[in-house]
This record gives sequence, C-alpha cells and structure tokens, in this order.
Amino acid sequence: MSAAVTYQLTRNSYGRLVLIDQSGVTHEGVIPVRSFPITDPGQGIALIDSHGHELAWIERFDDLPEAYRVLIESELASREFMPEIKRITKVSGFITPSTWHVETDRGTAVLILKGEEDIRRLTASSLMITDNHGIHFLLRDRTALDRHSRKLLDHFL
Amino acid sequence: MQKTPRFSLNNLPAIWTDELSAQLSEDESILAWLEIDLDHQLHFATGIVIATDKRVLAKMADDGTWQTWAYQQGLQLTQRDHAGVGCLELFDPHARLAFWRYRLSNVMAANRLIECFSQQLDYHVSGKLPESSQTSAQCPHCGAFLSAEQDECPVCEKQNHIPPSTWVLLRLWRFAKPYKGRLLVGFLLTLCSTAATLVPPYLTMPLMDNVLIPYQNGQPIDTDLVQLYLSGLLGAAILAWMLGWARTYMLALVSERIGADLRTTTYEHLLNLSQEYFGGKRTGDLMARIGAETDRINLFISLHLLDFATDVIMICMTAIILVSINPWLALVTLVPLPIIAWLIHLVRDRLRIGFEKVDRIWAEVNNVLADTIPGIRVVKAFAQEKREAARFHAANQRNLQINDRVNRIWSLFTPTVTLLTEVGLLVVWVFGIWQISQDEITVGVLTAFLAYIGRFYIRLDSMSRIVSITQKAAAGTKRIFDILDHVSSVPESTNPVHLPPIQGQIELRHVGFRYGTRSITHGINLVIQPGEMIGLVGHSGSGKSTLVNLICRFYDITEGAILVDGHDIRTLPLAEYRKHIGLVLQEPFLFFGTIAENIAYGKPDATRAEIVAAARAAHAHEFILRLPHGYDSLVGERGQALSGGERQRISIARALLINPRILILDEATSSVDTTTEKDIQKALDNLVRGRTTIAIAHRLSTLREANRLIVLDRGRIVEIGNHAELMAREGYYHRLYLAQARNVDEEERALISATEHSIAGEHK
Repeated sequence: MSAAVTYQLTRNSYGRLVLIDQSGVTHEGVIPVRSFPITDPGQGIALIDSHGHELAWIERFDDLPEAYRVLIESELASREFMPEIKRITKVSGFITPSTWHVETDRGTAVLILKGEEDIRRLTASSLMITDNHGIHFLLRDRTALDRHSRKLLDHFL
Repeated sequence: MQKTPRFSLNNLPAIWTDELSAQLSEDESILAWLEIDLDHQLHFATGIVIATDKRVLAKMADDGTWQTWAYQQGLQLTQRDHAGVGCLELFDPHARLAFWRYRLSNVMAANRLIECFSQQLDYHVSGKLPESSQTSAQCPHCGAFLSAEQDECPVCEKQNHIPPSTWVLLRLWRFAKPYKGRLLVGFLLTLCSTAATLVPPYLTMPLMDNVLIPYQNGQPIDTDLVQLYLSGLLGAAILAWMLGWARTYMLALVSERIGADLRTTTYEHLLNLSQEYFGGKRTGDLMARIGAETDRINLFISLHLLDFATDVIMICMTAIILVSINPWLALVTLVPLPIIAWLIHLVRDRLRIGFEKVDRIWAEVNNVLADTIPGIRVVKAFAQEKREAARFHAANQRNLQINDRVNRIWSLFTPTVTLLTEVGLLVVWVFGIWQISQDEITVGVLTAFLAYIGRFYIRLDSMSRIVSITQKAAAGTKRIFDILDHVSSVPESTNPVHLPPIQGQIELRHVGFRYGTRSITHGINLVIQPGEMIGLVGHSGSGKSTLVNLICRFYDITEGAILVDGHDIRTLPLAEYRKHIGLVLQEPFLFFGTIAENIAYGKPDATRAEIVAAARAAHAHEFILRLPHGYDSLVGERGQALSGGERQRISIARALLINPRILILDEATSSVDTTTEKDIQKALDNLVRGRTTIAIAHRLSTLREANRLIVLDRGRIVEIGNHAELMAREGYYHRLYLAQARNVDEEERALISATEHSIAGEHK
C-alpha cells in the first residue's frame, strides 16, 4: 500500500532537509535513519528531527514518491559510512594491533585492527571489523573473497 | 620551499607544500589545517582545508583549482559528526558554501581549524587582535593541556599501534631473568646427564669387538674385561638417573616460579587497565588467559622445552661421537636430519595458525558459559534453555571442526617422521654392511652406530612434537602479552604531581568525551567549589554517569581538561587521586568476606572502632548487630543475604571510612523503595557533610539539598541553579520535575491499590 505522504520534504540552501508536517510546523535539519542498517537496509527508515524525535516512519522505500526517495537516499549516502571490504591486500602482521590495507567499495583504505575481538561475526559468513577509530568495515561474504584475502583473514578468525 | 616559520611548525603534509606555496602571497602564513580523507559521497579521497591569516583555502586532490574564501562578516565554520565521520561546513548568512567529510582520527585538527578560523574572523571583522595563545602549553595533536615538566602528551602517547615482535616466546625471558643462577645450574646438569646417557652405547663397541666377536671366533671370554664394561654400563646408568632427577627437579622448580610470576604480573596489570578494556572483553576469555594459558606456558617450560634442550644437546654430542668414530658412516647417518628439519619447518606455520584457532574457539566455548550462567534467571524466565544449549553446541561444533582440520595435518606428521627414521636406519645398515665387507669398520662400530641412531631418531620423533607444543605455548604467550602490552587508556603520568591534602575544588574545562564513534559529552564547563553539593539531573543517556566516570578517571576525556585544586587529573598518580574520592553506586558490590572486611575495603588497616563508627554514621550499625554474627557475618558474592538498602548502607559506610574529600553518589538510592530511601538518605546526609559532593539521582526530590543542580541534556549543560531558581525559570528542569511528580502520584496510587488487593486476598 503506497500510503499518502502527509508531509513535505525539501532541502534548503544550507544543505539541510526540511520537513513540513501536517499541521504546518517546519522542522529543519531532519535526519533519515535506517532501523536495520546491516540486516535489512531497505526496511524501516525513520525521519527524526535534530532533537532525536521521530517525525515520520517509512516502512519501505517503495512507499515514497520518487522525489522524496531521491532526497532521502542522497542524505543517507552522505551520512552512512560503512565501507565494504572487497579485498585485503596486505596486513602488517598476524599479531594485533595490525595494520590492514584493504580495497573497499569506497576506494582503498588503511585500517588498524586493535584486537581480534574487534572482528564481530554477524552471520556465518559476514563480519564487521571495527578499526581503532571505531569505524565499521563490513565484510559481507568472506567466502566470496579471493584466495589471498581469505588466507590473510583466516589468521584472525 | 618554505616561506614562513609557521610552515614547518605545522608539519604540513609534503604533497601539499609545493602546491600551496604557489597559492600563498608573500606575507600570508598558515595557522591551521585539516587533512580531508573522504569525498562528499564518502569515498576515500584526499584533500585539505587550510586557514591562513587572510582566508580559508581548500582543495581535493583531484580538483583542478583551489577554492578560497576571504574572511568576512557572517562567515561561519562548524563541525558535526555521526558514526565516525565528521562534517566540516562553511556557511555564509544565506547558504552553505562548502562542506568536507573526514574520519574522526582528524577531529582534533578540525577543532583547531575552527578555533583559528573564529579568531581570525573576529580579527578581520572587528579589528580586535586575537588573544595571545594559551598560558599553559597544549598538545599539538589533541589539545590537552600539558604541565610544564611534560614534553610529550600523555594522551597521545597511548595511541601507538606497533605490533609486538613475532618471537614472543623470547619475551618470557623477562620472567626467567630473576632465576638466572638456577637456570644455569639446571643447564649444566642437563649437559652432564645427557653425556652420561651417551656412555652405554659407546661401551657396546668394545664389548662387541673385544668380547663377543673373539668368543664367536673361538677365544674364551675375558671376565675381567666384561666386568669392567658392565660396571661401566651400570655406573653410567646410575649417574644418568641421579643427574636426570636433579635437573628435572631444579628446572621444574624454576618454571613453577616463572609461571606464578607470570600469572600475578598479568593479573596486576589487568587490574590497572581502564574500565574501557573490561567493557570490551568477556570475562570467560580473560579468565582463560590468566588461568589456562599461564599453566600451559608453565608446562611448556618445565617439560617440553627441557626435553627439547636435552635432545638438541644429545644430537650435538652424538654427532661429535659418531664423527670421531667414523666420519663416512657418520655422514650417512646424519643425512636424514636436515630433511626432517625441513619437514618440521614446512608444517610449522600451518600448525601454528591451527592452534591459534583452536585457542580462540576454546575461549568462545568459555564465553558462552560465562554469558549464560550469570544470566541464568533470564534464561529460565524466558524458557530459552534449549536455545542456550544450541549455542553451546554450535560453539562446540566449531571447536570440533577446527580441531579436526588441525589434526588432519598433525596426524600425518608423526607417521612421516617414523617412516623417515626407518628409512634412515635402513641406509645405515646398507652402508655399514658394505663398509664391514670392505673391512673399513668392525661389527662393534656398526652396533654402536645403530644403538646411537636408534635413540637419536626416537628423539627426533619426539622433537618433532616440540613444533606443535612450541606453537601452542607461543600462541598462549602471545595472548598473555596481549594483556601485558595493553597500555591502560588512562595512563599513569610519567611525571606525577603529588597532591597535598586536597580541598576538593573540581573544575571542568571544555570537557568532551567520545565512546567509540559516539560523542557523549561536549563542551562542558563547570567549577565546583570545595564542600559544595552538586546534583546532576537529566534523562538517562544525557551523560550524567559519563561525567562522573570522567571525574573518577575511569575513562580519560577526549577533549579539554579536568582539574582538581588546579591540577590536571591526568598528571596525578591514579591510586593517590582515587583515594580522595568516595563512590557510592546504584548496585553496591559486596565481596565475599565478612561485613567488617567489606566496610574496610578501602582502608584495610582500619581499626574496629573506626569500622563501627563508620557503620553508625551510615545507619548500618543496628541491622548489622541483628545479624547472627554481627560484624563477622559473612556476605556472599553479591551480598545475597542482605537487602538492597542494607547493602547500600554498607557501601556508604565503606565510603565514609576512607573519609574522602570528593564524594560521588551515582543513583545511590534509586534501587530501593521510598521508605528505605529515607533511611539511606539519613546515612547520606552524614556522608555529604563538608565534602564536595556530586550526586546523580533519578528522583529529583532527593536532590533538594544540593547547592546547585546541573541539568544535562544530550551531553551538554542546559541549566544551572538551585531547585527554586530552576522551577521559577520554567525550563527543562521544570518540565522534568512536573513529569516526575505525575509519575510518582501514579506510582503511589498503583502501590496503594496493589496493597489493598493483597490485603483483600489475605482476607479470603
């Protein structure tokens, strides 16, 4: 069911999302947030105001008018930062802390793994790797990595 | 090409210096810069934003030109962050001019950039000169204040990430060093006892050539000679037995001590680590490391390493003896040795990885237990026993899987060595028989050779086992040193300042704290006078407990400084500083022991009179006397025999006994009912008197005594004042108070109706 959207969403010249709700109240600096960023990114997106209160709930992206969807997606794209590791080129050593050179969907990067406990198993094949600054790197499917990366990764699992 | 001294001072990354020097005018100097490591779509990219004394410049590496903005009225530079990514934005009054994204490793640089920007903007707009730089020195990286005698920033030092060396086992030397003398004696004993074991095969040679072969050829047996040889054999055996005993005992003694030292040192180090470390680790894993791993290392040193050393010594001695008897036969005998060594080397790496995995999976099995058993009430309440059993089963299954894989390589290893041994013996037989037929050696020599290499190869077999054992021990050592190498994130200052008895003035200067990527508090400025009582108020998650944890230095602040009597708390010795702080928590933790011991926890040498006085002041005296053994009553691991209020009063007595200048009450009364709360409140009133007190309370009514209330919202101070003032202001506190008053009413009504209910129930 494509529920009728009861609010207006625009972007102002300050680069902020602005939402005007049913009763005509304007909320500036609206932030879209995914409820299940890892397990189901497309499901359940909340629009929250700058104080962290929920303004609107979007069950699925498909429920939205095209223009709003593009707006929200672009805002999400500039907020979400979870590089997905595609390849591990080099690790400095198998003893932590260890410096990893990785290729991600956002370009090549260097991360420092503080300890093996920073590698978290999400499912049997997907991993979440947290670097020393707390940035999460996602490894969606470790069985799909190339042989070299798999071998390096294997040392830490 | 450097134009200004500022250039070198700022250590601008080399790739930008040349490009930038073309951009800047003669008298322009760089004040601050921020390296950008992400582009707008959050892909990794490089760029830079620079503030000079004239303007702001920015460029991404793949942009063609520099963007510049001169300082003018209305320009604004702000910074915000989310999930580990910062966003620096430049506004004019009408629109956003530009924005940049960066990882939070650069957050200090960003703050500095903004600071310089606003100073310069101020100067250009109002003509007012920027204030001369701070009176106290600041760390160039993190902005922490440095005291005069500190050259290096204690905050930045801890962020080194150099992996430890691979030769972990050698690091155990640190623990072996105190026992050098005994180790040397042990080594000498090993040498002698090994030499003694090599005598019997040597004696087989003359026994064969001078006694047995002549007898076969028709000569009578020379009994004196036989007696001599046989008593030599017996003597050597007895000598070897005695030396072997002395050596094993001596080295076991030493290794036991090394193990004990290792355990205590690791535990001591662990206790000094910050709360952050304990937050990120699981109890089961830590317990396994200190318990099982040290034991494994211990066993390794006392048994396996000793055997290995003996074997190496024996091989060397045997080789020397063999060569001295017959170099050619010795050569043939020793040829398989390098092959086996190579084989060992080949398998070593695979096995090490495998054993590390086994260890890790073992810790995982332990973790499942450590997670479930303390939470057994929840498990049972939600009837999830099956699920927990399945989780354990799964962990065990993975343990099996990995062990199976390791064993596949491992099981191939030993038979291969045995095969090589047999082949080696065969070669010696063939070559030996050929040499005898050429009359180059005697039968005795061949027998002696076979006797030697029989032992020799048997030892090689057991030596090959050392590979896996060493790897296991190395893996264990690594895990121990993981703890030992972990520098506390609240490091002890290298030049600690010793405080005189303190007054209790606390000053928070621009305090910010970040946990992982979540910024929890920021920009908090507050001065608490000696003896003042402060109440921290706010919704849960507003940063009250964080602030208290920062003041106790359980965590270190990420920005700003906390000063006690004008000293940065990072420059004070931790233990000394915490002696001045009394802490009463929501969930008082009682250790296993008597009540008296628990009260005297912070001051073990307290007299009985002091303990009783503290208990009286905490209104705990009377209920303690009602217990069967008074102050000597035992309380369990979590003080299960006592009620929440009683436990709380014991913990108040504990805080009273150390007579701290600073007192922190973290929700001290929120886990008990209102009547008990009144008792505790009375106890607390005694405690608070004359001390700098910071109290967090969920029930605002308990904070009426406070001189000032600090209202926090999402990590910032929103209101300060006493109850009356804040109520009059009708702001955040007012709303909070009204909301709570409503809840209390409802609660009481619910309580009354519940009691009525139960009374009605009893009458039936």
